Amino acid sequence: MDKLSKKVVVLPCSGIGKPYGARARETAYELVERVRPGVATLTCLPLLVINDPAARRLVLENPVITIDGCPKDCAKKSVTALGKEPAVAYQAIRFYTAHKELKPEGLAVLNEAGQKLARIAADELAETVDRLAAEEKL
Amino acid sequence: MNEIQVTKVGIVSCSGEELPEGTLCRLACRRVLDALRPTETVTLCLPLFIAGGEEERTFAARYPTITVDGCAKLCAAKATEMLSGKPRKALRISDILQRHGIPAPTKLRQFGPEETPAVEAVAAEIASAVDEVLAEV
Repeated sequence: MDKLSKKVVVLPCSGIGKPYGARARETAYELVERVRPGVATLTCLPLLVINDPAARRLVLENPVITIDGCPKDCAKKSVTALGKEPAVAYQAIRFYTAHKELKPEGLAVLNEAGQKLARIAADELAETVDRLAAEEKL
Repeated sequence: MNEIQVTKVGIVSCSGEELPEGTLCRLACRRVLDALRPTETVTLCLPLFIAGGEEERTFAARYPTITVDGCAKLCAAKATEMLSGKPRKALRISDILQRHGIPAPTKLRQFGPEETPAVEAVAAEIASAVDEVLAEV
């Protein structure tokens, strides 16, 4: 399946300045590489900033899940700036409040606790990906 | 121009979630921000040019900026110039790796010792660029 075929697009925060950016990104990687490969796909968020035609098309023609790292909601706003609402918009912190025993650290690279939390978050998101895929008959 | 504007350089990194070079950009930029030039650099998440307010959009007016791009689409350089201001220097990962004879990374995440030379080389070039920019302003 090529990249522009119908898929569920996952857009994580691209931040390198705040801890939850890395957690959002790692969750997205877990989702597209391990949990739902071939169904979920990523694109670079800054491609939307420069209005890249292929990235715009990917986002406009597919259901989108955004995972933001901070209240500025860059991922969500980058989608709404194209005139579309994300199918689901998450804040990365949502996945972590239930697992306070794990202490994620790292701005660019997560420690083991952060990676474990990302795996948990991606597993939780699988159901959402499946629902969106079923709705779109992907 | 006040003091902070002449002693800080803004680093705008490609975030490149779908490319190994994007991960290389992020890691190298963080190395500069955290270890190589921590007092001389600040950063801004690139999509904040869209999602943020006036403060983010005037980032390049307040700080001389260096953009670091992971692919030929040059998102960091283009977005900075389009929405904030022209960067002082626009670095490209492919140019840096070619100069150092280092192959491009192949993994999206979990970089290890194999990728360390690439991260170090890119970080060193960013740090040099920071020094050059600060010497010019």
